[in-house]
Amino acid sequence: MILTRRTLLLGATASLAGCDRLARNESFREALFSAENFHKWAQRSLMARDALAHEFRPDQISPFFRANGTANPNTPDYKMIWRSGFADWRLRVDGLVARRLSISLPQLRSLPHREQITRHDCVEGWSAIGKWRGVPLKTILDGAGLRDRARHLVFHCADMMGSGQPYYESIDLTDAFHPQTILAFALNDRPLSVANGAPLRLRVERQLGYKQAKYLMRIEAVESLSSVGRGKGGYWEDHAGYDWYAGI
Amino acid sequence: MDSPVDNANAIVRRHRLSTRLWHWLNALLLYTLFTSGLGIFNAHPRLYWGQYGANFDHAWLELDRFPGWLTLPGHYSLALSRHWHLAAAPVFAFALLFYMLWSLTNRHIARDLAFRRDELAPRHVWQDIRNHARLRFPTGEAALHYNVLQKASYIGVIFVALPLIILTGLTMSPGMNAASPWLVDLFGGRQSARSIHFLTAFALVAFFLVHILMVLLAGPVNELRSMITGRYRLPKPRSRAVP
Repeated sequence: MILTRRTLLLGATASLAGCDRLARNESFREALFSAENFHKWAQRSLMARDALAHEFRPDQISPFFRANGTANPNTPDYKMIWRSGFADWRLRVDGLVARRLSISLPQLRSLPHREQITRHDCVEGWSAIGKWRGVPLKTILDGAGLRDRARHLVFHCADMMGSGQPYYESIDLTDAFHPQTILAFALNDRPLSVANGAPLRLRVERQLGYKQAKYLMRIEAVESLSSVGRGKGGYWEDHAGYDWYAGI
Repeated sequence: MDSPVDNANAIVRRHRLSTRLWHWLNALLLYTLFTSGLGIFNAHPRLYWGQYGANFDHAWLELDRFPGWLTLPGHYSLALSRHWHLAAAPVFAFALLFYMLWSLTNRHIARDLAFRRDELAPRHVWQDIRNHARLRFPTGEAALHYNVLQKASYIGVIFVALPLIILTGLTMSPGMNAASPWLVDLFGGRQSARSIHFLTAFALVAFFLVHILMVLLAGPVNELRSMITGRYRLPKPRSRAVP
């Protein structure tokens, strides 16, 4: 038996091609994708509901906080609110709420803050540590009064993605009411830069970077994610097959 | 070696069912995990030490993307690589856990893998290394026992490398970090854990290559059969007539 590099290569390619074919089979694909449910169940069972993400010391902050995804929404609407120094920007809160809200940046800044030095983990593999300041999402939700049917919060953003639709993400109520889930307006003691999501971005510290929606415009309380986008709960979930539960 | 001549060349039962099942399950899972892992690595082919690490930070290793014939799927898809990896990982982790518990219970570890006191004598270890380096494999019944090098490799893989790759894998999960912060501290930060995960994966590849080489040298048909059906033909003693 002679194992040449060529046979090895052919063998590897053939078996990997077999895996690729398998992944295109609908029911196998479903089984493969359902691992997300196991991980979500396992992690939620293992951790206390309010278990905190690690908070770091100021000397552990990354020298430069890498921005990813959209670096500047650059749409006419965004340019307009950016030129006004976000004076005309409002965060709308609607959907399954008792009171619809429209909140300005000065109003947000006047609410009680939370500061946290946390690690941002990108799905790609890199990490950056930064100090965030913002308003706990719970404060806003308590103000709006979630209706009983509300199960998820959808974050609508100002940045347009390749398919000509704005970025969106969603979380469930466990993460929405978590003490570290904040609407951040400052990074490392400075107002949020455009690259990092000005004027406001979400921080959900027990999940990966793509859940940390930037350029927030509107928060919508919904019962089910099936009516949002293509039904998977987020732009990358719908368009690239990312897991909705990004604690892994 | 005083292997009884009448036993030489006899067929014996060698590997237990649990060992055979776990072996082939691992072959499948480690293949899936390694190739999908390289696919994930391709999303950011840089490695760092410490808590954080991104493009502006110092990377101790920076590679080109691994080619498509080595990754799962064969084209770049971070989402699909992650689905493969994260579906295979829990099966792999629980299989190891069950195998460890089962092997402690059925005394596989105590009988076959644990070092005997006399084996650890420097002279014995040296003799085993010399025999191994000269490819003088034991014959007859002696072939049923692992030598010191084999025991050290199997114990190293089962109790060090595999747990290490599982725990560093868990450490990369922000959810697990909140659930068990001590894990990430143990490895000195998430980016260190990612580096250790990568290094351990290649240590396992090195083990795999040596393992395959040894199987080929020791007689691939006999070795393969013993890992499939459990039946193993005792190797004939070397003829002493040949100088």
